[in-house]
Amino acid sequence: MRYAGRPSALAAWVFAVLIALFLASFADAGRLGQKRSGEQAARAELAARLRLTDLALFTEARYTRHPSLADLHSAAQDHPLSLEHFPSGSLLPPPAHLRNHASLDRETTVPD
Amino acid sequence: MRHWIARQRYLIDFTLASLARRKTKNIGLVLVFSLLVFALASVTLLTSALRQEAARVLAQSPEVLLQRMVAGRHDLIPPGYIERIGRIRGVQQVEGRLWGYYYDPVVKANYTFQVAATVPPPAGRIVVGPGLARFRGVQAGNVLSFRSYSGKLFTFTVDAVLPAESELVSADLVLLNEADFRAFFDYPAGHFTDIALSVANPQEVRTVATKLAAALPDSRPILRDEVLRTYQSIFDWREGIALALLSAAILAFAILAWDKASGLSAEERREIGILKAIGWETGDVIRMKLWEGTLVSLGAFLLGYLAAYVHVFHFSATLFAPVLKGWAVLYPSFTLLPAIDGLQIATLLFFTVFPYAVAVLVPIWRAAITDPDAVMRG
Repeated sequence: MRYAGRPSALAAWVFAVLIALFLASFADAGRLGQKRSGEQAARAELAARLRLTDLALFTEARYTRHPSLADLHSAAQDHPLSLEHFPSGSLLPPPAHLRNHASLDRETTVPD
Repeated sequence: MRHWIARQRYLIDFTLASLARRKTKNIGLVLVFSLLVFALASVTLLTSALRQEAARVLAQSPEVLLQRMVAGRHDLIPPGYIERIGRIRGVQQVEGRLWGYYYDPVVKANYTFQVAATVPPPAGRIVVGPGLARFRGVQAGNVLSFRSYSGKLFTFTVDAVLPAESELVSADLVLLNEADFRAFFDYPAGHFTDIALSVANPQEVRTVATKLAAALPDSRPILRDEVLRTYQSIFDWREGIALALLSAAILAFAILAWDKASGLSAEERREIGILKAIGWETGDVIRMKLWEGTLVSLGAFLLGYLAAYVHVFHFSATLFAPVLKGWAVLYPSFTLLPAIDGLQIATLLFFTVFPYAVAVLVPIWRAAITDPDAVMRG
Protein backbone atom coordinates (compact mmCIF):
# COMPACT_ATOMS: atom_id res chain seq x y z
CA MET A 1 0.00 0.00 0.00
CA ARG A 2 1.45 3.34 -1.01
CA TYR A 3 0.82 6.59 0.86
CA ALA A 4 -0.86 9.06 -1.52
CA GLY A 5 -0.39 12.31 0.49
CA ARG A 6 2.70 14.43 0.93
CA PRO A 7 5.57 12.72 2.81
CA SER A 8 5.93 15.77 5.08
CA ALA A 9 2.31 15.34 6.26
CA LEU A 10 3.00 11.69 7.09
CA ALA A 11 6.21 12.64 8.93
CA ALA A 12 4.32 15.32 10.86
CA TRP A 13 1.79 12.70 11.98
CA VAL A 14 4.45 10.18 12.97
CA PHE A 15 6.39 12.78 14.96
CA ALA A 16 3.23 14.19 16.55
CA VAL A 17 2.38 10.68 17.79
CA LEU A 18 5.94 10.04 19.02
CA ILE A 19 6.15 13.40 20.82
CA ALA A 20 2.69 12.84 22.33
CA LEU A 21 3.88 9.43 23.60
CA PHE A 22 7.08 11.03 24.92
CA LEU A 23 5.03 13.56 26.91
CA ALA A 24 2.60 10.83 27.93
CA SER A 25 5.52 8.91 29.47
CA PHE A 26 5.92 11.73 32.02
CA ALA A 27 2.20 11.65 32.79
CA ASP A 28 2.38 7.86 33.07
CA ALA A 29 5.36 8.20 35.43
CA GLY A 30 3.24 10.45 37.64
CA ARG A 31 0.32 8.01 37.53
CA LEU A 32 2.53 5.00 38.32
CA GLY A 33 4.27 7.02 41.03
CA GLN A 34 0.94 7.62 42.76
CA LYS A 35 -0.14 4.03 42.30
CA ARG A 36 3.13 2.57 43.57
CA SER A 37 3.86 5.06 46.35
CA GLY A 38 1.80 2.92 48.74
CA GLU A 39 4.00 -0.10 47.95
CA GLN A 40 7.12 1.98 48.52
CA ALA A 41 5.74 3.26 51.82
CA ALA A 42 5.14 -0.37 52.85
CA ARG A 43 8.79 -1.20 52.02
CA ALA A 44 10.00 1.81 54.00
CA GLU A 45 7.78 0.86 56.93
CA LEU A 46 9.11 -2.72 56.94
CA ALA A 47 12.71 -1.48 56.68
CA ALA A 48 12.13 0.85 59.64
CA ARG A 49 10.33 -1.81 61.70
CA LEU A 50 12.94 -4.51 61.15
CA ARG A 51 15.88 -2.04 61.25
CA LEU A 52 16.96 -3.09 57.76
CA THR A 53 19.97 -1.38 56.26
CA ASP A 54 20.14 -2.72 52.72
CA LEU A 55 18.16 -3.65 49.62
CA ALA A 56 17.90 -7.39 48.89
CA LEU A 57 19.11 -6.87 45.32
CA PHE A 58 22.23 -9.04 45.33
CA THR A 59 22.02 -12.10 47.56
CA GLU A 60 25.01 -14.00 46.23
CA ALA A 61 27.60 -13.00 48.85
CA ARG A 62 27.38 -11.40 52.26
CA TYR A 63 29.21 -8.25 51.21
CA THR A 64 26.92 -7.77 48.19
CA ARG A 65 23.79 -8.52 50.26
CA HIS A 66 24.71 -5.90 52.87
CA PRO A 67 27.21 -3.57 51.16
CA SER A 68 26.74 -0.86 53.77
CA LEU A 69 27.85 -3.25 56.52
CA ALA A 70 30.67 -4.92 54.61
CA ASP A 71 33.98 -5.07 56.42
CA LEU A 72 37.18 -3.47 55.22
CA HIS A 73 38.52 -6.62 53.57
CA SER A 74 35.26 -7.78 52.04
CA ALA A 75 36.61 -8.07 48.50
CA ALA A 76 39.39 -10.30 49.77
CA GLN A 77 37.31 -11.99 52.43
CA ASP A 78 38.46 -15.55 51.90
CA HIS A 79 42.13 -14.80 52.30
CA PRO A 80 44.12 -11.59 51.95
CA LEU A 81 45.20 -12.12 48.34
CA SER A 82 42.05 -13.78 47.01
CA LEU A 83 40.65 -12.46 43.78
CA GLU A 84 37.16 -11.11 43.52
CA HIS A 85 35.01 -13.91 42.19
CA PHE A 86 31.38 -12.79 42.26
CA PRO A 87 30.02 -11.00 39.16
CA SER A 88 28.30 -8.41 41.36
CA GLY A 89 31.63 -7.63 42.98
CA SER A 90 32.93 -6.32 39.69
CA LEU A 91 29.96 -3.95 39.50
CA LEU A 92 29.80 -3.09 43.18
CA PRO A 93 32.28 -0.60 44.64
CA PRO A 94 33.38 -0.68 48.24
CA PRO A 95 30.97 1.33 50.43
CA ALA A 96 31.50 5.10 50.20
CA HIS A 97 32.64 5.37 53.79
CA LEU A 98 35.33 2.76 53.24
CA ARG A 99 36.85 4.30 50.16
CA ASN A 100 40.01 6.40 50.54
CA HIS A 101 40.33 4.78 53.90
CA ALA A 102 43.91 5.88 54.43
CA SER A 103 43.20 9.54 53.87
CA LEU A 104 39.98 9.40 55.90
CA ASP A 105 42.05 8.08 58.78
CA ARG A 106 43.79 11.39 58.91
CA GLU A 107 40.68 13.50 58.32
CA THR A 108 38.12 12.09 60.67
CA THR A 109 37.96 11.57 64.37
CA VAL A 110 35.58 8.63 63.87
CA PRO A 111 37.56 5.56 62.79
CA ASP A 112 35.96 3.59 59.97
CA MET B 1 6.00 32.98 7.81
CA ARG B 2 3.61 30.97 5.64
CA HIS B 3 6.15 31.11 2.83
CA TRP B 4 8.88 29.85 5.19
CA ILE B 5 6.70 26.93 6.37
CA ALA B 6 5.78 25.99 2.80
CA ARG B 7 9.46 26.08 1.86
CA GLN B 8 10.41 23.82 4.80
CA ARG B 9 7.62 21.39 3.89
CA TYR B 10 8.96 21.09 0.33
CA LEU B 11 12.43 20.51 1.73
CA ILE B 12 11.10 17.80 4.09
CA ASP B 13 9.15 16.20 1.20
CA PHE B 14 12.32 16.09 -0.84
CA THR B 15 14.41 14.80 2.09
CA LEU B 16 11.95 11.98 2.85
CA ALA B 17 11.76 11.00 -0.81
CA SER B 18 15.55 10.95 -0.92
CA LEU B 19 15.71 8.82 2.28
CA ALA B 20 13.09 6.45 0.82
CA ARG B 21 15.35 5.81 -2.17
CA ARG B 22 17.88 4.23 0.23
CA LYS B 23 15.17 2.65 2.37
CA THR B 24 16.96 -0.42 3.78
CA LYS B 25 20.10 1.49 4.70
CA ASN B 26 18.20 4.28 6.44
CA ILE B 27 15.75 2.03 8.28
CA GLY B 28 18.75 0.00 9.51
CA LEU B 29 20.43 3.18 10.67
CA VAL B 30 17.34 4.35 12.60
CA LEU B 31 17.00 0.90 14.21
CA VAL B 32 20.63 0.74 15.34
CA PHE B 33 20.45 4.34 16.57
CA SER B 34 17.20 3.58 18.48
CA LEU B 35 18.76 0.48 20.03
CA LEU B 36 21.68 2.51 21.30
CA VAL B 37 19.39 5.18 22.78
CA PHE B 38 17.28 2.37 24.28
CA ALA B 39 20.30 0.86 26.05
CA LEU B 40 21.57 4.21 27.34
CA ALA B 41 18.13 5.41 28.44
CA SER B 42 17.34 2.06 30.14
CA VAL B 43 20.52 2.29 32.24
CA THR B 44 19.82 5.91 33.12
CA LEU B 45 16.17 5.34 34.06
CA LEU B 46 16.87 2.15 36.05
CA THR B 47 19.75 3.54 38.07
CA SER B 48 18.00 6.80 38.84
CA ALA B 49 14.86 4.92 39.99
CA LEU B 50 16.94 2.53 42.14
CA ARG B 51 18.89 5.43 43.63
CA GLN B 52 15.67 7.16 44.63
CA GLU B 53 14.17 3.91 45.91
CA ALA B 54 17.17 3.25 48.18
CA ALA B 55 17.10 6.83 49.50
CA ARG B 56 13.37 6.66 50.35
CA VAL B 57 13.17 3.09 51.63
CA LEU B 58 16.27 3.32 53.81
CA ALA B 59 15.47 6.81 55.12
CA GLN B 60 14.26 5.28 58.39
CA SER B 61 17.05 2.72 58.79
CA PRO B 62 18.93 2.87 62.13
CA GLU B 63 20.60 6.23 62.75
CA VAL B 64 23.81 4.57 63.93
CA LEU B 65 24.86 0.93 63.67
CA LEU B 66 27.71 -0.26 65.76
CA GLN B 67 29.84 -3.19 64.71
CA ARG B 68 32.68 -4.71 66.65
CA MET B 69 35.86 -5.34 64.72
CA VAL B 70 38.37 -8.05 65.53
CA ALA B 71 41.47 -8.28 63.32
CA GLY B 72 39.74 -6.14 60.72
CA ARG B 73 36.69 -8.41 60.55
CA HIS B 74 33.16 -7.97 61.83
CA ASP B 75 32.72 -9.84 65.12
CA LEU B 76 29.98 -10.47 67.70
CA ILE B 77 29.10 -7.82 70.27
CA PRO B 78 29.94 -9.26 73.70
CA PRO B 79 27.76 -8.76 76.80
CA GLY B 80 28.11 -5.39 78.50
CA TYR B 81 28.43 -3.26 75.38
CA ILE B 82 24.75 -2.30 75.28
CA GLU B 83 24.86 -1.07 78.88
CA ARG B 84 28.00 0.97 78.21
CA ILE B 85 26.46 2.56 75.13
CA GLY B 86 23.27 3.35 77.02
CA ARG B 87 25.30 5.51 79.41
CA ILE B 88 26.63 7.74 76.62
CA ARG B 89 24.86 11.11 76.66
CA GLY B 90 22.70 11.74 73.60
CA VAL B 91 21.88 8.08 72.94
CA GLN B 92 18.12 7.64 73.03
CA GLN B 93 17.50 3.98 72.29
CA VAL B 94 19.86 1.02 72.04
CA GLU B 95 18.92 -2.32 70.59
CA GLY B 96 21.05 -5.38 69.91
CA ARG B 97 20.33 -6.85 66.48
CA LEU B 98 20.57 -10.56 65.81
CA TRP B 99 20.96 -11.62 62.21
CA GLY B 100 23.11 -13.88 60.10
CA TYR B 101 23.44 -15.66 56.79
CA TYR B 102 22.37 -19.16 55.94
CA TYR B 103 23.27 -21.03 52.78
CA ASP B 104 20.51 -23.38 51.75
CA PRO B 105 22.20 -26.30 49.94
CA VAL B 106 18.81 -27.58 48.72
CA VAL B 107 18.31 -24.69 46.34
CA LYS B 108 21.83 -23.21 46.53
CA ALA B 109 20.54 -19.85 47.74
CA ASN B 110 21.64 -17.52 50.53
CA TYR B 111 19.10 -16.38 53.10
CA THR B 112 19.27 -13.69 55.77
CA PHE B 113 18.01 -14.96 59.12
CA GLN B 114 16.96 -12.17 61.42
CA VAL B 115 15.26 -11.83 64.78
CA ALA B 116 12.10 -9.76 64.44
CA ALA B 117 12.47 -7.23 67.26
CA THR B 118 8.85 -6.13 67.18
CA VAL B 119 6.16 -8.84 67.06
CA PRO B 120 8.44 -11.90 66.88
CA PRO B 121 6.82 -15.11 65.60
CA PRO B 122 6.02 -17.81 68.20
CA ALA B 123 8.57 -20.55 68.92
CA GLY B 124 9.07 -22.96 66.04
CA ARG B 125 7.49 -20.61 63.53
CA ILE B 126 9.06 -18.30 60.96
CA VAL B 127 7.99 -15.47 58.70
CA VAL B 128 9.64 -15.66 55.27
CA GLY B 129 10.32 -13.16 52.51
CA PRO B 130 8.25 -13.38 49.30
CA GLY B 131 11.29 -14.29 47.17
CA LEU B 132 12.18 -17.23 49.36
CA ALA B 133 8.54 -18.36 49.53
CA ARG B 134 8.27 -18.28 45.75
CA PHE B 135 11.54 -20.08 45.27
CA ARG B 136 10.90 -22.82 47.82
CA GLY B 137 7.21 -22.98 46.85
CA VAL B 138 5.92 -22.49 50.39
CA GLN B 139 3.04 -20.58 51.91
CA ALA B 140 1.69 -19.97 55.41
CA GLY B 141 1.19 -23.25 57.23
CA ASN B 142 3.87 -25.18 55.31
CA VAL B 143 6.91 -26.65 57.00
CA LEU B 144 10.54 -25.78 56.16
CA SER B 145 13.59 -27.66 57.41
CA PHE B 146 17.10 -26.26 57.62
CA ARG B 147 20.23 -28.06 58.70
CA SER B 148 22.08 -25.70 61.02
CA TYR B 149 25.83 -25.12 60.93
CA SER B 150 26.19 -27.46 63.90
CA GLY B 151 24.63 -30.26 61.86
CA LYS B 152 21.29 -30.42 63.65
CA LEU B 153 18.08 -30.38 61.63
CA PHE B 154 15.57 -27.67 62.58
CA THR B 155 11.98 -27.69 61.36
CA PHE B 156 9.96 -24.50 61.29
CA THR B 157 6.37 -23.83 60.35
CA VAL B 158 5.83 -20.86 58.05
CA ASP B 159 3.70 -18.45 60.05
CA ALA B 160 3.29 -15.90 57.27
CA VAL B 161 4.88 -14.68 54.06
CA LEU B 162 5.90 -11.00 53.98
CA PRO B 163 3.88 -8.89 51.50
CA ALA B 164 4.96 -9.15 47.86
CA GLU B 165 5.41 -5.38 47.53
CA SER B 166 8.18 -5.48 50.14
CA GLU B 167 10.28 -7.91 48.11
CA LEU B 168 13.00 -5.40 47.22
CA VAL B 169 14.04 -5.28 50.89
CA SER B 170 12.82 -8.66 52.11
CA ALA B 171 13.21 -11.24 49.31
CA ASP B 172 15.58 -13.51 51.26
CA LEU B 173 14.50 -12.80 54.84
CA VAL B 174 13.67 -15.45 57.42
CA LEU B 175 12.27 -13.82 60.56
CA LEU B 176 12.25 -15.83 63.76
CA ASN B 177 12.26 -15.26 67.50
CA GLU B 178 15.39 -14.79 69.59
CA ALA B 179 15.40 -18.22 71.26
CA ASP B 180 15.04 -20.04 67.91
CA PHE B 181 17.74 -17.88 66.36
CA ARG B 182 20.21 -18.54 69.18
CA ALA B 183 19.46 -22.26 69.10
CA PHE B 184 19.75 -22.49 65.32
CA PHE B 185 23.07 -20.68 65.04
CA ASP B 186 24.44 -21.84 68.42
CA TYR B 187 24.77 -18.17 69.27
CA PRO B 188 26.41 -17.51 72.63
CA ALA B 189 24.02 -16.05 75.23
CA GLY B 190 24.20 -12.28 75.67
CA HIS B 191 26.01 -11.76 72.35
CA PHE B 192 24.57 -9.75 69.47
CA THR B 193 25.46 -9.34 65.79
CA ASP B 194 25.52 -5.57 65.95
CA ILE B 195 23.82 -2.70 67.75
CA ALA B 196 21.28 -0.27 66.32
CA LEU B 197 20.89 2.98 68.17
CA SER B 198 18.96 6.18 67.81
CA VAL B 199 20.15 9.60 68.84
CA ALA B 200 17.90 12.15 70.57
CA ASN B 201 19.12 15.12 68.54
CA PRO B 202 19.82 14.40 64.84
CA GLN B 203 22.45 17.20 64.88
CA GLU B 204 24.46 15.20 67.40
CA VAL B 205 24.76 11.94 65.45
CA ARG B 206 28.36 12.56 64.51
CA THR B 207 29.29 13.66 68.05
CA VAL B 208 27.69 10.52 69.46
CA ALA B 209 29.58 8.39 66.92
CA THR B 210 32.84 10.02 68.01
CA LYS B 211 32.00 9.31 71.66
CA LEU B 212 31.17 5.70 70.81
CA ALA B 213 34.46 5.24 68.99
CA ALA B 214 36.32 6.72 71.96
CA ALA B 215 34.45 4.64 74.56
CA LEU B 216 34.66 1.40 72.56
CA PRO B 217 37.84 1.58 70.45
CA ASP B 218 37.23 -1.81 68.82
CA SER B 219 33.85 -0.68 67.43
CA ARG B 220 32.95 0.77 64.07
CA PRO B 221 29.97 3.12 63.98
CA ILE B 222 28.13 3.23 60.63
CA LEU B 223 25.87 6.26 60.27
CA ARG B 224 22.62 6.30 58.31
CA ASP B 225 24.08 9.02 56.11
CA GLU B 226 26.88 6.66 55.17
CA VAL B 227 24.43 3.86 54.35
CA LEU B 228 22.50 6.22 52.07
CA ARG B 229 25.73 7.50 50.54
CA THR B 230 26.82 3.91 49.88
CA TYR B 231 23.68 3.35 47.83
CA GLN B 232 24.11 6.59 45.91
CA SER B 233 27.65 5.58 45.01
CA ILE B 234 26.69 1.97 44.18
CA PHE B 235 24.24 3.10 41.54
CA ASP B 236 26.52 5.85 40.27
CA TRP B 237 29.21 3.20 39.90
CA ARG B 238 26.83 0.69 38.35
CA GLU B 239 25.60 3.27 35.87
CA GLY B 240 29.19 4.21 35.10
CA ILE B 241 30.19 0.57 34.53
CA ALA B 242 27.18 -0.06 32.29
CA LEU B 243 27.94 3.07 30.30
CA ALA B 244 31.60 2.05 30.08
CA LEU B 245 30.53 -1.35 28.71
CA LEU B 246 28.20 0.41 26.30
CA SER B 247 30.97 2.72 25.18
CA ALA B 248 32.11 0.05 22.71
CA ALA B 249 28.64 0.13 21.16
CA ILE B 250 28.63 3.92 21.22
CA LEU B 251 32.02 3.97 19.52
CA ALA B 252 30.86 1.47 16.88
CA PHE B 253 27.84 3.62 16.21
CA ALA B 254 29.98 6.75 16.08
CA ILE B 255 32.14 5.10 13.42
CA LEU B 256 29.03 4.07 11.47
CA ALA B 257 27.51 7.54 11.75
CA TRP B 258 30.81 9.22 10.92
CA ASP B 259 31.25 6.94 7.91
CA LYS B 260 27.77 7.72 6.72
CA ALA B 261 28.04 11.39 7.50
CA SER B 262 31.54 12.08 6.24
CA GLY B 263 31.81 9.79 3.24
CA LEU B 264 29.19 10.91 0.80
CA SER B 265 28.21 8.16 -1.59
CA ALA B 266 28.64 8.79 -5.32
CA GLU B 267 24.86 8.85 -5.61
CA GLU B 268 24.49 11.54 -2.93
CA ARG B 269 27.28 13.55 -4.50
CA ARG B 270 25.58 13.40 -7.88
CA GLU B 271 22.28 14.36 -6.30
CA ILE B 272 23.83 17.49 -4.81
CA GLY B 273 25.41 18.34 -8.16
CA ILE B 274 22.09 18.03 -9.95
CA LEU B 275 20.30 20.11 -7.31
CA LYS B 276 22.92 22.83 -7.67
CA ALA B 277 22.74 22.63 -11.43
CA ILE B 278 18.96 23.10 -11.46
CA GLY B 279 19.24 26.18 -9.27
CA TRP B 280 19.25 25.10 -5.62
CA GLU B 281 21.29 27.39 -3.40
CA THR B 282 23.99 26.05 -1.09
CA GLY B 283 21.78 27.10 1.86
CA ASP B 284 18.87 24.97 0.56
CA VAL B 285 21.08 21.90 0.20
CA ILE B 286 22.39 22.35 3.76
CA ARG B 287 18.87 22.94 5.12
CA MET B 288 17.67 19.78 3.35
CA LYS B 289 20.48 17.72 4.94
CA LEU B 290 19.88 19.32 8.32
CA TRP B 291 16.29 18.11 8.12
CA GLU B 292 17.54 14.65 7.22
CA GLY B 293 19.84 14.51 10.26
CA THR B 294 17.17 15.88 12.58
CA LEU B 295 14.42 13.53 11.39
CA VAL B 296 16.66 10.45 11.67
CA SER B 297 18.20 11.28 15.05
CA LEU B 298 15.06 12.71 16.70
CA GLY B 299 12.99 9.76 15.49
CA ALA B 300 15.60 7.32 16.81
CA PHE B 301 15.78 9.17 20.16
CA LEU B 302 12.00 9.14 20.65
CA LEU B 303 11.69 5.45 19.68
CA GLY B 304 14.63 4.41 21.88
CA TYR B 305 13.51 6.45 24.90
CA LEU B 306 9.90 5.19 24.73
CA ALA B 307 11.06 1.58 24.47
CA ALA B 308 13.41 2.13 27.45
CA TYR B 309 10.61 3.68 29.55
CA VAL B 310 8.28 0.73 28.89
CA HIS B 311 11.15 -1.75 29.50
CA VAL B 312 12.17 -0.29 32.87
CA PHE B 313 8.84 0.72 34.41
CA HIS B 314 6.36 -1.70 32.85
CA PHE B 315 8.56 -4.78 32.39
CA SER B 316 10.82 -4.28 35.47
CA ALA B 317 13.98 -3.98 33.32
CA THR B 318 13.79 -7.69 32.41
CA LEU B 319 16.67 -7.48 29.96
CA PHE B 320 19.03 -6.27 32.70
CA ALA B 321 18.00 -8.92 35.24
CA PRO B 322 20.77 -11.40 34.29
CA VAL B 323 23.39 -8.67 34.83
CA LEU B 324 21.96 -7.57 38.17
CA LYS B 325 21.36 -11.14 39.28
CA GLY B 326 24.96 -12.29 38.89
CA TRP B 327 25.31 -15.70 40.52
CA ALA B 328 22.55 -15.10 43.01
CA VAL B 329 19.79 -17.70 42.99
CA LEU B 330 17.30 -15.52 44.80
CA TYR B 331 16.55 -12.37 42.90
CA PRO B 332 13.71 -10.09 43.95
CA SER B 333 10.94 -9.33 41.52
CA PHE B 334 10.10 -5.69 41.98
CA THR B 335 8.40 -2.75 40.36
CA LEU B 336 10.05 0.60 40.73
CA LEU B 337 8.57 4.00 41.31
CA PRO B 338 9.32 5.94 38.11
CA ALA B 339 11.92 8.61 38.69
CA ILE B 340 12.71 10.46 35.49
CA ASP B 341 15.61 12.82 35.77
CA GLY B 342 14.72 15.57 33.28
CA LEU B 343 18.30 16.79 33.09
CA GLN B 344 19.59 13.31 32.22
CA ILE B 345 16.97 12.89 29.50
CA ALA B 346 17.80 16.35 28.12
CA THR B 347 21.50 15.43 28.13
CA LEU B 348 20.75 12.19 26.30
CA LEU B 349 18.62 14.07 23.78
CA PHE B 350 21.36 16.62 23.21
CA PHE B 351 24.13 14.05 22.81
CA THR B 352 22.18 11.85 20.42
CA VAL B 353 20.33 14.35 18.24
CA PHE B 354 22.72 17.27 18.04
CA PRO B 355 26.01 15.55 17.02
CA TYR B 356 24.33 13.48 14.33
CA ALA B 357 22.42 16.42 12.87
CA VAL B 358 25.66 18.43 12.75
CA ALA B 359 27.88 15.57 11.54
CA VAL B 360 25.92 15.24 8.30
CA LEU B 361 26.43 18.92 7.57
CA VAL B 362 30.21 19.15 7.15
CA PRO B 363 30.69 16.97 4.03
CA ILE B 364 27.47 18.30 2.51
CA TRP B 365 28.68 21.83 2.93
CA ARG B 366 32.01 20.88 1.32
CA ALA B 367 30.23 19.24 -1.62
CA ALA B 368 27.67 22.01 -1.89
CA ILE B 369 30.20 24.82 -2.23
CA THR B 370 32.12 23.17 -5.05
CA ASP B 371 31.27 23.54 -8.70
CA PRO B 372 28.20 21.41 -9.68
CA ASP B 373 29.94 20.17 -12.79
CA ALA B 374 32.94 18.92 -10.78
CA VAL B 375 30.67 17.31 -8.18
CA MET B 376 28.62 15.48 -10.83
CA ARG B 377 31.73 14.22 -12.59
CA GLY B 378 33.05 13.00 -9.21
